[in-house]
Amino acid sequence: MMSDPFFYAALLTAIAGLITMLRMLIGPTVPDRVVGLDTLNTIVVALMILLGAAYDRTIYIDIAIVYAILSYIGTLIIAKYLQGGLS
Amino acid sequence: MNGIDYLVYTFLGISVTFNMLGSIALHRFPDVYTRLHGATKSTTFGTIFAVFAVMAHALYRLHVTGDPKYLQMSLHSLVALVALLLTNPTGAHAIAKAAYLTGYKPKKAVVDSYESRVAGHVEAEPGEKEGEVKP
Repeated sequence: MMSDPFFYAALLTAIAGLITMLRMLIGPTVPDRVVGLDTLNTIVVALMILLGAAYDRTIYIDIAIVYAILSYIGTLIIAKYLQGGLS
Repeated sequence: MNGIDYLVYTFLGISVTFNMLGSIALHRFPDVYTRLHGATKSTTFGTIFAVFAVMAHALYRLHVTGDPKYLQMSLHSLVALVALLLTNPTGAHAIAKAAYLTGYKPKKAVVDSYESRVAGHVEAEPGEKEGEVKP
């Protein structure tokens, strides 16, 4: 069974992700792009949860859990690299 | 259409509005720190309400059909929300600290009391400016 409101919410959240990608493309400095990446990670987690409810698939929500934790590790590694190593 | 549909629609409306505001905040603010402030808080709030909408929908479907798949969907989305709430502010803090230590100063800032702390003078006086920011 397909639930319509979750599809429309997922579509609008995907448009928000596209606007965030625009900042990642034109960001003047490197931390601007990292901020865009962090925002995009949160939006993708919300999108996976909404699509999991829309398609009635619980496995999408499990993937959202793993993606939240792994994207956090990626953000931390990029931040540590920017501030000059593991000091 | 009954009461639980209006609840789900309200939660989805709040979620979409705040996610959209968070992505627009990336284009409306002048430097890294204000962009981080606007985007991180707004998208975290929006994702909280997306999870609430999914939980309300799944618990209602559990109440109607009695299928344990919907209980699993509700609890797993709650776990995703807890993981996101633990990791998101920590990542934002790490990005802000890395951006400051790289050398990007906040624009239009009147008082910058973190500058003396970075230089190693924790007990320095507020007007005193010693040392440079180490990259």
